[in-house]
Amino acid sequence: MRQSKKADALLRYTAAVCGGTSLIFIFLILGTTLVYGFPSIVVNGLKFLTSITWNPALSGSLITVHGFKTLSGAHYGGLVFITGTLVSSALAIIIGAPTAIGVAIFLSEFSPKSLSTIISILVELTAGIPSIIFGYWGLLVLVPFLLYNIEPSLSQKLWFLPFFHGQVYSSGLFASGIILALMIIPIIAAISRDAMRQVPLEQREGAKALGLTHWEVVKSIVLPNAKMAIAGSILLGLGRALGETMAVVLVSGSAINTLPHTAYAPINTIAAFMAQSMDSAFTDPSGMYVSALVELALILLLITTATNILARLLVREGFISSSEKVVRV
Amino acid sequence: MSETVEALWQDDFSYRRKRIQARLLRRRWIDRVIKVLTVLAVIALLYPLIDMILMFAYKGATLISTTIFTQVTALNSATVTGGLQNAISGTLLLIALSSAISVPLGVMGGIYLAEFSPRGRLSGLIRFVADILAAVPSIVLGYAGLLFLVLYLGWGFSALAGALTLSVFMFPYILRTTELSLKNVPQSYREAAMALGSSKTNMISRVTLRAALPGISTGIILSTSIASGETAQLLYTAGYSGFNPTALLHSPVGYLTYVVYVFSQLSFPTSQNLALVASFLLLAFVISLNVAARLLVRRMAKG
Repeated sequence: MRQSKKADALLRYTAAVCGGTSLIFIFLILGTTLVYGFPSIVVNGLKFLTSITWNPALSGSLITVHGFKTLSGAHYGGLVFITGTLVSSALAIIIGAPTAIGVAIFLSEFSPKSLSTIISILVELTAGIPSIIFGYWGLLVLVPFLLYNIEPSLSQKLWFLPFFHGQVYSSGLFASGIILALMIIPIIAAISRDAMRQVPLEQREGAKALGLTHWEVVKSIVLPNAKMAIAGSILLGLGRALGETMAVVLVSGSAINTLPHTAYAPINTIAAFMAQSMDSAFTDPSGMYVSALVELALILLLITTATNILARLLVREGFISSSEKVVRV
Repeated sequence: MSETVEALWQDDFSYRRKRIQARLLRRRWIDRVIKVLTVLAVIALLYPLIDMILMFAYKGATLISTTIFTQVTALNSATVTGGLQNAISGTLLLIALSSAISVPLGVMGGIYLAEFSPRGRLSGLIRFVADILAAVPSIVLGYAGLLFLVLYLGWGFSALAGALTLSVFMFPYILRTTELSLKNVPQSYREAAMALGSSKTNMISRVTLRAALPGISTGIILSTSIASGETAQLLYTAGYSGFNPTALLHSPVGYLTYVVYVFSQLSFPTSQNLALVASFLLLAFVISLNVAARLLVRRMAKG
């Protein structure tokens, strides 16, 4: 008996330590990024957020600014990458969220059960496809298709809209937005579908008995009940899009020192730029290039973490409130 | 007098009926239009997916040969030749190592959350931190691995640095699926085991873990599948090597996603071919793992 008590205590502590490694992991991630990013935060200051010029000045001479080594003439502004991240993710949400909600409505409300099962499997499979494969497909198929078949006519016919008239590029904002949208649709669709299915049957039947059409039941009963979880799922998708690296890096156009002025212009995102630049960063003897990249990483981490915490609160809230309603009915 | 009232009433009635019928017609049309729109949304999602799978399957199947598996990539400034043996073995090594790290940690952590302290303060903290960890962008994780493991600890570009970075990515996923699967085991199982005088350790290992095993294995398989397709964590931790892995530390390893990322941007046709075959292998691996996970779920549902 005493021995089994000991074994229980041992298991309990081992399990707690294993779970507790998550704290060590997050501490190490935050610690290293803060330590390595600190010189850039001090030296570059606020202009890091407002300037579009990114010039490591690798041929400059070593100088010391505010106690940290840097190269003379080096200037780091991350606005191009921050803007690219936010705009491409926003475009992904504009394209992806309505499509995903359409898919979710079809799966949970309109589709016959057997068809819904098959499509659900495919949707979940899409969520599991590696992001680099999305990027490669974008490079091989989507980018040429947009360049030759879509963008010229959009530019000519929608010239009166802002951002639509202008030169077309092979890769850029439009291609990035579509690839990101494809990647986040499965996330939004799967969570929204589950939330819609939780809406109690009695309410739908009541609405149908009053003579509402199928869509009116969805509009007035299902969507209002599932709205929290849907909003949360859109934010989760946004978090994924903001941090996505490999899908964007091949189709973004790798812009530098310039902001996009049309929907087709080349962009760069924080994550994509980070993936491209670390090799050249190590040629900077002062270490400021590395530090500036790590500051970009910190900004990205801040944005995605805030988005995700909010998203998870909303999703949890959405599911709890609807399950309470199931009990009450 | 009464006749005119009657007529007026009749008029009003038929007028209303017409209006209601017109509105009903419009409502039915809207219903149909929305249904068509949702079908279009499904097509918009599935068309690219199917195009992607068919394209890589076709190109990969026409380009694949035994050389892919028997030779390592020979990369010099002029050409890329050979096969992908180094990338395949590297990917398998990275997956095996990262699973060896993250599975025990994640499953044990999940046991703590579900069995020992479901409502404890530490559990709440672990859940919160695991959610944040799961949301760390993969490239940020890769940078942290580079700065801490590769540079600060001095491991160099190596299999272990890459695998540890990947396991930080897999860990929260395994942790939460283990917790969820254990939570779904009926409370009566635990009560029955305890009533028979079983210790907590015995109850967990003989009863609840066994009941939750299909769910836990599904989580592990899916996290392995996701990890095998990751690139950004490995770019600056595992490096890249044209040879089969020989050591865990101080020696870079190759992997399939690197081949897709870098060789797709080189201009030699042979490098494009290798990138296409690597994409095909990755897709085949990920899809078969997903199918395996789904079969497990179905077996679990049957009981």
